[in-house]
Amino acid sequence: MQNSLPPNSIGLVKPNKVHFDKKLVLASGSSLNGFELVYETYGKLNANCSNAILICHALSGDHHVAGYHSSKDKKPGWWDNAIGPNKVIDTNKFFVVCPNNIGGCGGSTGPLTTNPDTGEIYGPNFPLVTVKDWVKTQAMLADHLGIDVWAVIIGGSLGGMQCIEWSIAYPDRLKHTFVIAAASKLSTQNIAFNEIARQVIRSDRNFNEGYYYKSDNKPMHGLMQARMLGHITYLSDDALDEKFGRQLRNGEIKFGYDVEFQIESYLRYQGRSFVDRFDANSYLLITKVLDYFDPAAETDGNLAKAMSPAKAEFLIISFSSDWRFSPTRSVEIVGALLETNKKVSYIEIQSKEGHDSFLKEIPIYHQAMKTTLNRIATEISV
Amino acid sequence: MKLRTDQSLIAKWIKHNTRVLDLGCGDGALLANLQKEQNVSGYGIEIDEENIIKCLGSGVNVIQTDLDAGLSQFDSNTFDYVIMTQTLQAIYYPEKLLTEMTRVGYEAIVTFPNMAHWKCRIQMALGGHMPKSRTLPYEWHNTPNIHLCSLDDFENLCAEKNIEILERTTVDHAHQISLGMSILPNLLGEVAIYRFRSSA
Repeated sequence: MQNSLPPNSIGLVKPNKVHFDKKLVLASGSSLNGFELVYETYGKLNANCSNAILICHALSGDHHVAGYHSSKDKKPGWWDNAIGPNKVIDTNKFFVVCPNNIGGCGGSTGPLTTNPDTGEIYGPNFPLVTVKDWVKTQAMLADHLGIDVWAVIIGGSLGGMQCIEWSIAYPDRLKHTFVIAAASKLSTQNIAFNEIARQVIRSDRNFNEGYYYKSDNKPMHGLMQARMLGHITYLSDDALDEKFGRQLRNGEIKFGYDVEFQIESYLRYQGRSFVDRFDANSYLLITKVLDYFDPAAETDGNLAKAMSPAKAEFLIISFSSDWRFSPTRSVEIVGALLETNKKVSYIEIQSKEGHDSFLKEIPIYHQAMKTTLNRIATEISV
Repeated sequence: MKLRTDQSLIAKWIKHNTRVLDLGCGDGALLANLQKEQNVSGYGIEIDEENIIKCLGSGVNVIQTDLDAGLSQFDSNTFDYVIMTQTLQAIYYPEKLLTEMTRVGYEAIVTFPNMAHWKCRIQMALGGHMPKSRTLPYEWHNTPNIHLCSLDDFENLCAEKNIEILERTTVDHAHQISLGMSILPNLLGEVAIYRFRSSA
């Protein structure tokens, strides 16, 4: 069956798990009495441990970035088009690591985990975490894997925020970072979208103050609608128009509230398939992680000052049609880095696919990363 | 990467261990060379994606920006030199950009094709058509070069904008320097190279 997997795929992969006993004090002041991280790795760590790449996932991502868990899987990991042998992030050259962040629902400690202190599932009582907390746990994973310095840390969207935090919190532990379709903080509009998503979930009659897992009924409709709303904002007006236009599902208007336009059918499908794989409490929590991120808040709003400890070489990438994390937001990061003479390059990729562009196989986008990674591979001579 | 002669001449003007901003840096050859040979640091500004990819490959910091949007992202006097080779003539507001260059850098360097070169003059006067040459290969209707000028034109603009010219040289189409060009630069120089700064 393995033969049926695409030849350029990394193939079958297995997640790993690591448990940390130590109490983890969070930015909020709360703490976790030990925690687990689920992660995947691809490729081989070289003898001097200089070829490691960390991938930071976004809101709905997890540790399963590339390859297949089973030959029956319909889809590979979420960034399989970029990671694998001879791909953009070449697993023949680099050792690629991606953990599922705490608070998520991919297997790392989160709302679905049992709290060792109470013997009960955390559920809505899982403490709110921040990008800072995530990066701290990722650094612990790096220690566990014997990686002192990452060759590159790569992340899109919320993943890009983790890259920024890494560069500030552990300036000596990364050589390069690719900050893709990101922002140094959410815009007011973005927080507003997140708040609607949260309200929709929390007002689902099955939500039960976050204790829905105690019954058979999940807040399915709420989570589905939150995802539908999110999904539209990740695409551009043009992309939606091109894909669906005003196409009708059954060829004619039926004068009713059932699905009539193709876009309605598509959104419902997207929403439903998300509900099957995502936990509502995790979704609520991660939207908060996004809202809270703002490294410049600690330096009177001065991003250049906030990022001044950074030593990494930055590649900042934005997408022309991304209105959720627009190119202007990336340019702000570039500006802050220029102010303090950091090593930085910036490219705005022309794309119709909105925020989701960062997951697409856009030639110039992939070429920009591949060219840079080839140079990095030469630098570390792998 | 091999440098054009105008770039080699510029490289000689640039002191070691300085900071350079290269506007319209192309494939980044000049900066890559300056980084390697003269321990220069800095950034290239470029709009073309293929060129940006080349810069990424050679380890040149490159920022994708439309030069017509100005240099507002850079603070005053943050570079020792702001360079612009063979780009001035394709800019919408050259006078604004020249002033910006002298704001952001202590010194600025530009190169541009000289429209008063004798071959251009002959093509206009006797041929009756817009000049074409190796440095100006386009037809009038498809040229990106919308603001062509002569050495005299450039120097008049500098005087008007309180820009002090520190050094001037001209080269021919093969980017060679000859004695004639140093005597009659506006007539014999095909490509002009200037180093200047704000005198305000």
